[in-house]
Amino acid sequence: MSDGEARARVGNVGNGFAYEEPLLFERSRPGRVGCSLPRLDVPEVDAHATLPEGALRDDLPDLPELSEVEVVRHFTRISTWNASVDLGLYPLGSCTMKYNPKLNEKVARLPGFACAHPLQPVELLQGFLHLAYELERHLAEISGMDRVSLQPAAGAQGELAGIMMIRAYFEHRGQRRSRILVPDSAHGTNPSSAALNGYEVVAVPSGEDGILHPDAIEALMTPDVAALMLTNPNTLGLFESNIARITEIVHARGGLVYGDGANLNALLGIARPGDLGTDVMHFNLHKTFSTPHGGGGPGAGPIGVKNTLAPYLPVPVVCRRDGAGYDLDYDFPRSIGRLHANFGNVAMAVRAYAYLRSLGPDGLRRCAEMAVLNANYLLARLRPAYHVPYDRPVMHECVLSDQRLESTGVTTIDVAKRLIDYGYHPPTIYFPLIVHGALMIEPTESESIEGLDRFVEALLAIEREARENPDLVRSAPHHTRRSRLDETRAARRPVLRWQPEDG
Amino acid sequence: MRYIPHTPEDVEQMLAQIGARSVDDLFASVARKHRLSRPLDLPEAACEQEVLAEMIDLADRNASSQTHDWFLGAGTYDHFIPSAVDAIASRSEFYTAYTPYQAEISQGTLQAIFEWQTMICTLTGLDVANASLYDGASATAEAVLMAMRITKRSRVVLARGLHPHYREVVRTYLGGLGAEIVELGRDEDGRTSAADAAVDDDTACLVIQQPSFVGAIEDLSRFAEATHARGALLVTAVSEALSLALLRAPGTAGTDLVCGEAQSFGVPMSIGGPHLGFLATRQRHVRQLPGRLVGQTVDSEGRRGFVLTLATREQHIRRERATSNICTNQGLCLLMATVYLALLGRQGLRRLAEINLAKAEYAKARVREAPGLTLPFAAPTFNEFAVGVAGGAAPALKRALDAGIVGGLDIAPYEPDLAPAVLVCATECASRDAIDRLVATLAGSAP
Amino acid sequence: MADYEIPDDLRYSEEDEWARLEDDCVVFGITDYAQQQLGDIVFVELPQVGDRFAKGDAFGVVESVKAVSDVYAPISGEVVSVNEDLADRPELVNADCYGSGWLCIIRPGDEAELESLLDAKAYRIYVEERSEPDQ
Repeated sequence: MSDGEARARVGNVGNGFAYEEPLLFERSRPGRVGCSLPRLDVPEVDAHATLPEGALRDDLPDLPELSEVEVVRHFTRISTWNASVDLGLYPLGSCTMKYNPKLNEKVARLPGFACAHPLQPVELLQGFLHLAYELERHLAEISGMDRVSLQPAAGAQGELAGIMMIRAYFEHRGQRRSRILVPDSAHGTNPSSAALNGYEVVAVPSGEDGILHPDAIEALMTPDVAALMLTNPNTLGLFESNIARITEIVHARGGLVYGDGANLNALLGIARPGDLGTDVMHFNLHKTFSTPHGGGGPGAGPIGVKNTLAPYLPVPVVCRRDGAGYDLDYDFPRSIGRLHANFGNVAMAVRAYAYLRSLGPDGLRRCAEMAVLNANYLLARLRPAYHVPYDRPVMHECVLSDQRLESTGVTTIDVAKRLIDYGYHPPTIYFPLIVHGALMIEPTESESIEGLDRFVEALLAIEREARENPDLVRSAPHHTRRSRLDETRAARRPVLRWQPEDG
Repeated sequence: MRYIPHTPEDVEQMLAQIGARSVDDLFASVARKHRLSRPLDLPEAACEQEVLAEMIDLADRNASSQTHDWFLGAGTYDHFIPSAVDAIASRSEFYTAYTPYQAEISQGTLQAIFEWQTMICTLTGLDVANASLYDGASATAEAVLMAMRITKRSRVVLARGLHPHYREVVRTYLGGLGAEIVELGRDEDGRTSAADAAVDDDTACLVIQQPSFVGAIEDLSRFAEATHARGALLVTAVSEALSLALLRAPGTAGTDLVCGEAQSFGVPMSIGGPHLGFLATRQRHVRQLPGRLVGQTVDSEGRRGFVLTLATREQHIRRERATSNICTNQGLCLLMATVYLALLGRQGLRRLAEINLAKAEYAKARVREAPGLTLPFAAPTFNEFAVGVAGGAAPALKRALDAGIVGGLDIAPYEPDLAPAVLVCATECASRDAIDRLVATLAGSAP
Repeated sequence: MADYEIPDDLRYSEEDEWARLEDDCVVFGITDYAQQQLGDIVFVELPQVGDRFAKGDAFGVVESVKAVSDVYAPISGEVVSVNEDLADRPELVNADCYGSGWLCIIRPGDEAELESLLDAKAYRIYVEERSEPDQ
């Protein structure tokens, strides 16, 4: 008996606990309230009498009117339509979807952090400043950089800050350099951050083995190149083995090396970008240091630099005054300035600090080791069924492609959607761009061997289905609240907000 | 380590499958000489109860709105947060998910973003809003960049009433693009001076903050006229989003882009972040909007659903030609704000804004009566205003602090030309008694 | 290989635009091959009437859901008309790329440039070369 028949037999009563849920605005009923406001202990003020004619609005007719119960049910119901790390493996490559410890959530909510203000006097902010100072030192030690600023609110803002510092460095030296080298396997934020600084982006081709080669850098490293941006391990999950020689070439020609720290998880306690010639890099606290991804943010993207670039750090800089505790230092005349209204995403720094304290040096190294073990294990088990475009030992992630499925008509997007039916969030797909039909899988250290085995079984089953019943795969997912959504329609006639019915 | 499941047996079995002898072998691509030959110099791991105790100790070394009466705003506001907000934001279905790339299993996040976009449109009086930006400062910088793209001009006028940190961030963002930035001063009553002379034919936009940094409520429509007459755009920045519930929607007053900070809507102060930047504009500029956007569509069976859309604006597709390099939003903060606005609703949000106005008006009335205190600006205000302190701001704030009150912001570092003044913010959290004590201590009474 | 419509009476550029002389002007658009490669087209950005372009200049953009493609001027000239219908119905480029899905009309600076474009036979070979399966 199919699901549909079963439902028909019991009558059309709904989908059990798989709730539909309208928009807040559609649930609204005039007169309902979901809050209780304090009684006014000062005289009532008539806004119309106090504020000038024309300064006021009349009403907020399109905000909903709902009770607290309804609001809570609304969001609880829609929450169940999300996949999440707490529900299962979330192998989104280059996103490092590791477990988000509950302790970290608790400490970020302590009133001394959550209810404190960025502009309160520094003597009333010593707990935070101590934490920031220590976290910066720890990140510097982990990466081999000299100084760190927590201010960038996300990895992309860290990149922006880093490229700004590079620009300021050359401006201070009176050098005009107009180009930045970016490998063809890089994240899109790299060229975009360079362009926002007015740089021309030059793509560096990866070698046939998937990594950068000194001769490619040699050929492109002209005197007008300010920097090379690189991600190590790169987005194919491969360690850039030529890194030392490459950074040597860049430095010999007067350039600087920017490190995209997206994949730092693989190197914790193993190797340090700063020891391998990186001059400036960003960290992703939401990847490597376990802060939650929050449905797309907030992240945090601290930036680390060698001493040569320290004068350009964003202000304010947290410092320690002899005998007087911690303070904020604004005296950086060559600073790129301020990037954030305050100190960046502090609550993420608090979580990351708790994470570092929980792991210690051995735990961090263990993260890297088990993340790399997990990725290689997946690669070993999947290699027989899926094409591996760059088949070498990997670091924290592995990249497969849909090439061997070509005759079936099943492509990467179909494999990804079918994985959903098996209860897995799909990997990153169609990235890096240099692999046609890429499936980029990052299991992280959080997954057990049994968990990985089940995931492998799902991917192997899908490979068989692609050959035996390709339509089943091509029309997936079948077990979700919504089937495949029409992205073309969404883009052709954008509907970006709810509109009240006319009349 | 409780976050990592591998037993020694698991590791052996996995190595055998891989065909490696040891975990160390897996790092063969990292040359020995490139490896770190010592353990990281970090404090040893602590157990859960030790870490918690340590974090409580650090937290207790910060003053907070739980330990003090609070009158400090200036871009980060102390508003009461209903319990349901954190209850929803603590659901790991939301906070342990990532960007909703796979729409079929991200409808919860996507629907919440769509609801947020709708609410921001309602509050700003504009047609489209993105799925949030880092904070009010970077949202303002993004708005300025957007105005430069739309007008293909590179001169930017910033009102002195724009939050000084926002002004700094705009300067940082524009540093590499050869833009000209000029500032527009302030009249005696605290409001921004007429813009007619400052905005010229090369100007991309004028940025006005509403209410201004010193609290003045501006007449946006006259700035709209002055900017539009020169083919420039009017950008309105809002750092206290609750004001939108009371004041005329900037979009209906001729504003082309509204940007700002929505931390006031249920997001904890958290020492300044994460907060919630927003950016809204008119339909015709949607393709120049930075950041993520969620749109409505249907699935293969015709049922309504939501997806990320117009992604070709973004860095992962357009790379160096993208509208911005941003690749996240403030998803969890946006969720908090959407829950908050749903709870407060049409009536509650308006009433809350009226309460804030009443508290501030009461405080201003007390200031007027107090010896040694003045209201340096005559312009109307919402919940924040400057208080002139004849005897100096620092000693006045110290007196307040001794009475358990964080009394506001000493304006001097930001406005060196002004006579000594404190920027005071009175929200619904400020009791009448606390306001009375604040005014008394600022005026010079010992606690 | 997929089947691509390549009308005999048009000229083609190596950037996959077609061009047709009408009176003293040249109408052009993107080819069937180009629209199939892009997939569902969701947005077309066109120049303004009066804009001038040299041969090979990027003058517009065609977008699918997840790709952006520049459109290059196949010959030099001044834009005399653009297809306004595409603002609301970008799907015309998919449905009828040689007809109602045209992009714009240029008054050529140098009509001889038209002769430098490929004819249908040469363009077909050019398309087939690129359609070979990857090595």
